[in-house]
Amino acid sequence: MNSIFKDAWTIASKDLSNEFKTKQTIGMMLIFSSLVILIFSFAFDPTNNMVKAVIPGLVWLITVFSGILGLNRSFLSEHENDALTGLRSAPIDPSSIYLGKVLANFLLVTSVQIISIPVLFILFDYRFIGKIGWFILVVLIGTLGFIIVGTFLAALAANAKNSEMLLPVLLLPLLSPLMIAAVQATRIILENGTITNAVSWLRLMSAYDLLFLAACFFLFEFIMEGS
Amino acid sequence: MKELGTMLELRNMTKLLGDKLVLRNITLTLEKGEILAVIGPNGAGKSTFFKCTVGLLQPTSGEILLNGKLVKKNSGEVKQRIGFLGHESFLYNTLSPLENLKFYGKLYKVKDLDRKANDLLKEVGLYLFRDMPIRSFSRGMMQRLAIARVLLPDPEILMLDEPHTGLDQEAVALLNKIIKKKQASGTSILIISHDFEQVHALADRVAVLKKGKIISTMALGSDIDLPAMKQWYEKEVSSS
Repeated sequence: MNSIFKDAWTIASKDLSNEFKTKQTIGMMLIFSSLVILIFSFAFDPTNNMVKAVIPGLVWLITVFSGILGLNRSFLSEHENDALTGLRSAPIDPSSIYLGKVLANFLLVTSVQIISIPVLFILFDYRFIGKIGWFILVVLIGTLGFIIVGTFLAALAANAKNSEMLLPVLLLPLLSPLMIAAVQATRIILENGTITNAVSWLRLMSAYDLLFLAACFFLFEFIMEGS
Repeated sequence: MKELGTMLELRNMTKLLGDKLVLRNITLTLEKGEILAVIGPNGAGKSTFFKCTVGLLQPTSGEILLNGKLVKKNSGEVKQRIGFLGHESFLYNTLSPLENLKFYGKLYKVKDLDRKANDLLKEVGLYLFRDMPIRSFSRGMMQRLAIARVLLPDPEILMLDEPHTGLDQEAVALLNKIIKKKQASGTSILIISHDFEQVHALADRVAVLKKGKIISTMALGSDIDLPAMKQWYEKEVSSS
């Protein structure tokens, strides 16, 4: 098991150092999320109370849609020079390829969130009154679930001709329960509600993460056989 | 050159892709320190045969034995001992030659990785380009680096799928020198090639694969010259 994590980290650090050099994907994700925030900040009057109701949805909207841009690229880059076959012929567990990609995608999306969420709060003139620790926890659990499912489906879609179009079609319906729970938990915490009101949503998100992580971890080998 | 003992043994290996039987009861042995070339017409199943042996595809039936031990599905131990050079280079365009080798070296758990990677880059003539991203490399340079990648973990078996494709005369001579050196150190080598000249120059034995079946094998002694080998191949392919 230790070796799986070590190999996963090797793959993730390769992806991250690639991204650090080219800044292609993160640049695209940041531009997209900034545009969404800018457009919505003009569409809604920041002095209006309705803004508070919009912010939880917007946090997840920019996470999911900018994240899909990154997910799309994560396996396409492995098809250049058929590098995926190189990984598959290496003495590593196929699951470590999946875990490595999950880790790299999670860190990439989280770094976009670190920039875009504060920008969202500033442009909407939103004063944070909830508990920041709980907010971060909800964002991390929700993002992890999105990346767990998204990375698996990105690997599946990468073999198809129109993978950019196929990924959202497969991913968005599967994400619905997670996103409903994430938006509800974020809303409760931002409204300074007690954490007990959000616990059931957090439990649902954690169960979703664990269930899909286990399923994707074991099924990934079969996707690789077909690629 | 050859050492005693069988390195790799395939017993009645069959592969069904969809409803098409791509490999039919392939039985073949590769001795320690032997160079075996598999030749055959296009679509004969040569690449599928390689992929099944490396473990990228699961054979539908049959057994693969490595050093007399039965190979299990997706065995890391087998992958560690096989160096596979495919049609593509399996390299990352945004990384430099050194970074590519270090990345694969970590996955293969290569000890003394820095020194080994640098030595191999010198051996394949890419040391001066070690820190340049490989996206601007020519096909020949990519192939040299791909060869270095395969040699990095010191595999006991080298499986080379058309290794001479796209190489200039100098690079062909370098590759042949490396192959002969590896053979001398006891590495068993399996080559798929359409290049009869190189097969004749390198191989100890040739097997002909046609329609997923090994139809004939022949030992290449000093008494068999290139035209005789070609004549034998044409006769075997047309008669089966």
